[in-house]
Amino acid sequence: MTTNTAPTSSSGASFFKTLINGNEGGLKAGGLTPAQKLSLRFVVIGLIYFGFAAIEGMVMRIYQIEIISFIGVEQYFGILTAHPLVGIFGSSYMIVFGAFLFVVPFMMKKPLWSLKVGQASFLLIAIGTFTFWFSGFLSHYAALYTLYWPLPVDFDQFSALGGSFFILGIALVMVGTLLFVLNVFKSIMYTPEGWEKQPAGALLSSALGFTGFANLFRKEKKEHLVPLPVAAVARGTVDVALNALIITFSGVLILVYMVWHLAGVNLADTAIDALLYKNWYWWGLDLVADGLVLIFVAGTWYLLAMLITGKKLFMQNIARAALAVELIVSWTVWSHHLLSDQAQPAFLKIVSGELVTAFELITQGLAIFITLATLWMARPLKMTNELKFLLGGLLGFGLAVPAGIMQADMGLNRILHNTQWIIGPHVHVAILVGLGMTLYAAIYALWPLLTNGVKLYSQWMATVHFWGTLVGGIGMGAFMGMAGLQGMLRRTIYLEGEFEPYMWLAGISGALILIGFVFFMINIIMSVGLKGLLGIFTKSKLDTKDLVPAD
Amino acid sequence: MINSTDVLWGQTLLYTAYVLVMVSVIAWFAYSITKEGKTSTVSKAFFWSFFALLVVVGFSLHLVTYNTIPWVKQDLHRGDTVADQQFDILVEDHEFVLPAEEMIVNCNELIMFDVTSNDLTYGFGLFRDNNSMVMQMQVVPGHRNDILWKFEENESLTIRSTEYSGPEGFQMIVPNAVTVVGCS
Repeated sequence: MTTNTAPTSSSGASFFKTLINGNEGGLKAGGLTPAQKLSLRFVVIGLIYFGFAAIEGMVMRIYQIEIISFIGVEQYFGILTAHPLVGIFGSSYMIVFGAFLFVVPFMMKKPLWSLKVGQASFLLIAIGTFTFWFSGFLSHYAALYTLYWPLPVDFDQFSALGGSFFILGIALVMVGTLLFVLNVFKSIMYTPEGWEKQPAGALLSSALGFTGFANLFRKEKKEHLVPLPVAAVARGTVDVALNALIITFSGVLILVYMVWHLAGVNLADTAIDALLYKNWYWWGLDLVADGLVLIFVAGTWYLLAMLITGKKLFMQNIARAALAVELIVSWTVWSHHLLSDQAQPAFLKIVSGELVTAFELITQGLAIFITLATLWMARPLKMTNELKFLLGGLLGFGLAVPAGIMQADMGLNRILHNTQWIIGPHVHVAILVGLGMTLYAAIYALWPLLTNGVKLYSQWMATVHFWGTLVGGIGMGAFMGMAGLQGMLRRTIYLEGEFEPYMWLAGISGALILIGFVFFMINIIMSVGLKGLLGIFTKSKLDTKDLVPAD
Repeated sequence: MINSTDVLWGQTLLYTAYVLVMVSVIAWFAYSITKEGKTSTVSKAFFWSFFALLVVVGFSLHLVTYNTIPWVKQDLHRGDTVADQQFDILVEDHEFVLPAEEMIVNCNELIMFDVTSNDLTYGFGLFRDNNSMVMQMQVVPGHRNDILWKFEENESLTIRSTEYSGPEGFQMIVPNAVTVVGCS
């Protein structure tokens, strides 16, 4: 699939006219189906929250170069707490969920199970993200996303009231997330009105990989009822559900302590074992970082490779099997976060922390190979925006996963844990370059379908966005990593300018990412126009469950 | 004897080389994919060879570090090891309470640091004058947090909390808390 690109702005139209009406007439919101509007709402709000996270990230980059006088230390750590949560839930979840609520029914060739449930997901995640961000901003609740017990209930440091609203915001996001899970599985399994009865059990079995597993032992193989990208979405969604349950459980626990504190009773925090808590929390949290992200990303690469080439995926059955292995790996991998915890059993450190984690190199390496091979077999290909961003995404994970494998080693973790190495070459390269560029590739690929063919305002802006994200993302990760190897810690502040040269270079790289993103947003707004953009949030005039307009 | 600086230099060289190769491969791929090629197939043998390479690299890393980085075996077997010297350290209210203002350790002896937290999860790290890390561990309340270490250079080391424990935590620094003596 190719993107609709125009070399420059529309002929003769003034800048402001284009800003209001969009490129060559822009987005005709009246012609959008409810399903298109739903997905676009997710994506637009997800991009706005990415802007939040990017600005917060730049504030922290500057803070590491020189303390910003009007931002206190408490505010800084409040930002540090909100930043990854806004990035993950407000931005990545929103964009991914919006795309998948369109892609899953599109590939299953039937309508979304429930637009109302989809809309409820959208509102809950959008409002929940703002709630925890705003309560953190006001109250400086700063227990970090790790929430190591008993820090989240340390009321000598943090306001119980502010913390309660923070946790409430997270809870809203989790409810919205669980509704997304429901919508995805129902969309795979249900029978639309007037259709012949669908084999719900067989569809679910195919989506989760049971059919493929049983085929290993069958003489006559059963065909896969669910396309490969949908299988990836379904398996990643299992991790989404498990993660939401763990976070909700932990949130309720913390909320109980907060409510009792507000009522004048302090519950003993020693009632909860800090190491056990750390284990279950990381088990759940890792379902995001080492589970659904890797599975969703692999599924998206496969989808993009098939859309770009118009051909079948190379080694399709191996790709399906690798997705199933990755799902199981994601349930057993959490202990690499506890390699520096001396009370953690050595058995868990070696088996879960080192050996199971090594499987991620294999599954992700195979996903990269399969995607590249599929593209290679279809050459020559035109270097479209979706293709170049896809290659950027592959490179991002190609760099970030081995960095993660290195730190998941007992010897290296002893001198890398909680340094800038972890958060630079591993986390930020994975998220900004790997995940980010994959999502941008998906946005460019789905753009014609979601906007009914709106033409892109400017190709050079898209190019600036590409290079800003790629060079800025890899550069920032590299300079943070260099500082980490010199001993610079994460989650702290250096007052003596100890690592200033590295932080300047990381800051400049971060600015490149931000500049690229600003150009991307301008390009999108100029393409659809403000009228079209606002029209996404009005009720659809088309009374249809179809994904795209009939004509 | 290998120390953290040596290990990190090795890692820097290895990872930098890998990054250069990976970026070059993708750049070459991006260029080549737009051109008509002589062949457009990818052999299964190539795929399975790549799979084997991933398996070997993924698992051999741990075997290599187990056999070359001295503190791995030392850490895994610390329960069966008798330390030459032990320091019991307490952490409470964002402060390290040390057994002595300056903890003097002898070169090439096995030193045990046993750190107890009375409230939050902290970190315990030793850093050189140039801010590079010697080692670190997590300090979890309600559990034993012990680490065995052998020092091989005369130096003065700073203790720093390596885990976030609230906004006050970044100031948990005790300069020149450990002094290594007796190395030739």
